[in-house]
Amino acid sequence: MSNQTPHGKGEAKVLKALVWAAGIITMAVLLVIVLTVLINGLPHIKPSLFSIHYNTKNVSLFPAMINTLTMVGLSLLFAAPIGIFSAVYLAEYAKRGSKFVAFIRLTSETLTGIPSIIFGIFGMLMFVDACHMGYSMLAGALTLALMILPVIMRATEEALHAVPDSYREGSFGLGAGKLRTIFKIVLPAATPGILAGVILGVGRVVGETAALIYTAGTVAQIPKNIMGSGRTLAVHMYSLWTEGMNVDQSYATAVVLLVVVIILNLISDLIAKKVNKANQ
Amino acid sequence: MQVVFAACACISILAIFLICIFLFANGLPGMAKIGFGKFLGGTVWRPANNLYGILPMIVASIEVTIGALIIGIVIGVLTAIFLAFFCPKKLYAVLKPGINLLAGIPSVVYGFFGLMVVVPMIRNTAGGAGLSMLAACIILGIMILPTIITMSETALRAVPTSYYEGSLGLGATHERSIFRVVVPAAKSGIFAGIILGVGRAIGETMAVIMIAGNQAVMPHSLFAGVRTMTANIVLEMGYATDLHRQALIATAVVLFVFILIINICFSILKNKGDHH
Repeated sequence: MSNQTPHGKGEAKVLKALVWAAGIITMAVLLVIVLTVLINGLPHIKPSLFSIHYNTKNVSLFPAMINTLTMVGLSLLFAAPIGIFSAVYLAEYAKRGSKFVAFIRLTSETLTGIPSIIFGIFGMLMFVDACHMGYSMLAGALTLALMILPVIMRATEEALHAVPDSYREGSFGLGAGKLRTIFKIVLPAATPGILAGVILGVGRVVGETAALIYTAGTVAQIPKNIMGSGRTLAVHMYSLWTEGMNVDQSYATAVVLLVVVIILNLISDLIAKKVNKANQ
Repeated sequence: MQVVFAACACISILAIFLICIFLFANGLPGMAKIGFGKFLGGTVWRPANNLYGILPMIVASIEVTIGALIIGIVIGVLTAIFLAFFCPKKLYAVLKPGINLLAGIPSVVYGFFGLMVVVPMIRNTAGGAGLSMLAACIILGIMILPTIITMSETALRAVPTSYYEGSLGLGATHERSIFRVVVPAAKSGIFAGIILGVGRAIGETMAVIMIAGNQAVMPHSLFAGVRTMTANIVLEMGYATDLHRQALIATAVVLFVFILIINICFSILKNKGDHH
């Protein structure tokens, strides 16, 4: 490094300044977003926002919170088993490099790239109209299940691949069958990785708006059953903003959404750390 | 049980198949009724007068995406280089989770941030409403940052250290080795990240609706309001009937075709990267 030309040193300085600037901008953008949401939203958080029933006076976001939980539960109910089982097939049964596997990968990758509004229109055409579900939690959950399916599939597959073969061989050696080995040895060992995928899916459901407006609808109450329409927090925030009457409450909802997302991120970081430790 | 596992794996194939069928079956007849040329090439969108031209929306979607890419690529790729080669460990421990958080923030919250910060900034410096193409470009640029950063960082870290060491051995500086040797070697991975970003930007809906102004006219200035294809669908689907509704579904079909093309480019690039 000692016999550098001055030109090389100057260039090095500029490049170094550039990458540092970019890193700082990225960090600053994140900080400004978080601060903007907190500063504008926190003053509007009041106990009345958490009343059991929504009415135009309290503009409660409590029903939306419950609906968000229901939506997360319902969509996971569909997506988690299917996603995990698909990954088991890909990682444990399918022959490597088979055309069928390549095709499944291609479709799940395509599914990942489809924007939520397309899922929303599809859900509206298929579940709401063709299956006569109407605007309902069920139609919304089915739509979101398709959206998060590839996320769970991919995380599970990676987690399964990370389980050492010696685990499987040991289990076979003790006389366990393939199915028992998968359920008793491989899946438990892969649980943290699978969980990370599930949490990623939860995050997407919590933040989703475009796919829900025309599938689950925008009713601001807790529906009696899953065939009723209900809005999640993100949809609630958007609806309040479009109605234009209760913008302050919309800002408060942003705070709640942001807090949920931060908590989910913290959990997934914790799990990721555990996975890394286990792999080392 | 193997059959059950295989059946589950087929669901993603079934999903894509159903999405294609439902979209095309519901969108193409409307498009045919309007006339493909009039629909795709028409510059006037006035459902009340049975005029359904979505060219302004197509152009807006493309221009907004390009604007977002300029911001996203410059900051994103440089940040990825920073993370992979320059970032002190302690800062990395904060910045990396921060970028993951950026990826997890819901799009309505981005829209809200745009309204509170970006739109007023544009209104004060350039005049006008502030709800504009520029606002959409900036917010989308931020939204695709995490995608580009994460993919590029992975690609940069996958380049064998021998490349870097070889360059150092030839007398190049740390910086020059990274920019002239490591970054070019990670090219296809970085491009794959950029293409994913394109997909996200062109498909983003809620944030754009809140800040882009939504005027269904040909975009003529960075500071004028524009309406993207995604915004068009959400804004009018609530009350549209008959041909109007079909035209909106057809808009989704056009967007879907764009996404499919982007996806194909992505798989080609990704496979190229894997072969290295």
